[in-house]
Amino acid sequence: MEAPARSRAISLEVNGEQIEMEVPARRLLVHFIRDDLGLTGTHVGCDTGNCGACTIDLDGQPVKSCMALAVQADGAKIRTVEGLAAESELTALQQAFNKHHALQCGYCTPGMLMSATALLERNPHPTEDEVRYALQGNICRCTGYVNIVEAVVAVGEEHA
Amino acid sequence: MVLLREVGYARPATIEDAVSLLATHDGARPLAGGQTLVNVMKARAAAPDVLVDLVDLDELRAIGFSSDGLLEIGAMVTYTQLMGSSEVDVARPILAEVASTIADVQVRNRGTVGGNVCVSDPTNHFPPLLVALGATFTIRAESGERTVSADEFFLGVYLTAVGEGELLTKVNVPPSSGAGDGFAGVTIGKHGTYIVDAAATVSGDDVRIALGCVAATPVRASAMEERLTGSDFSEDSVRSAAVGVGATLDPPADVHGSADYRRRLAEVSAARAVLQAARRRRAK
Repeated sequence: MEAPARSRAISLEVNGEQIEMEVPARRLLVHFIRDDLGLTGTHVGCDTGNCGACTIDLDGQPVKSCMALAVQADGAKIRTVEGLAAESELTALQQAFNKHHALQCGYCTPGMLMSATALLERNPHPTEDEVRYALQGNICRCTGYVNIVEAVVAVGEEHA
Repeated sequence: MVLLREVGYARPATIEDAVSLLATHDGARPLAGGQTLVNVMKARAAAPDVLVDLVDLDELRAIGFSSDGLLEIGAMVTYTQLMGSSEVDVARPILAEVASTIADVQVRNRGTVGGNVCVSDPTNHFPPLLVALGATFTIRAESGERTVSADEFFLGVYLTAVGEGELLTKVNVPPSSGAGDGFAGVTIGKHGTYIVDAAATVSGDDVRIALGCVAATPVRASAMEERLTGSDFSEDSVRSAAVGVGATLDPPADVHGSADYRRRLAEVSAARAVLQAARRRRAK
């Protein structure tokens, strides 16, 4: 049985790239993503697990990366907002955010995109209520929810 | 940037190793989904020396049935897993229904049943629900395994029957059979924290009612249960049986509600939960 250690060599896949790194056990996953990997698209909003700006995809599920330790992601597959669009082509959801003015300051946008992407993968044609339920963990302080919800619903309708 | 205190980390491959790590290291805490523990570590409200990550213990992620028909839910089962489980849907669908109202998608993807009950936060959903359902809890120690009832499990705020060096491995819930279950309360915001909640189960003439958020641990509304024995569970009889429940309580007062408001909510929530349970029982 391995003894407890204050750091751990972790191996994980981030946006299709294999990463091996030694990280302190106390490092939050969001700080590993932003500071160790330089993927600053994942935002730190509240740092208390409420706002959802740090939402990433961990093994196929949206989770808040400020409420996980980097060592917990050892062996996992992660996708961040940088991993959504291939090269310069935006995803249908990102284009819908643009078209429907679904962002103002943009701080919550990466988290919104990750939660909405996960919803559309599970349920390609969500109703407005389903979108609101799925985005409950993402707070927008510009209160632009109307356009955000519209954008996500529109993706489902356009690809019906 | 929030910096946590230095902490040791271990990822045991077996339950035996997990229990041994918890027993041999002072200040060791099990880490399940981390949706409470990581946050309280940020706030330095908890400062464990060693985290024993349960992530590799597949046995704790299982949902199944015991030989005597109990629904067995592993301590590492997430809310999302409960919501998608056919076993839960068949045996006790109220568990999935309540899980679907906890926090948000991201938290439900990582938060676990074991974490919900072991934190024993008075505003958590599962403590009163599991008391009403008559669940039992299986706890593993180096010396062996024991099972405690829901009435004995919740001991105080952040305090349960799981002692140092022990690990909750599963929660066992009797299948509903002919019973109907209900859960009601008033939250801060649509799916926010409960100000008061109540869980009820009605089977035959028998009823069990547990109130949440009114004391450190769930409170059985025993007098109301007695008044409802043999009841027709009509709206009038349930609402009048709830009268007096509030007066027996000494609930906390905070920015969300005074103690008197919580006493009133306790009666309203208990009546609503029982009425929902009775309606579902009749529909079976």
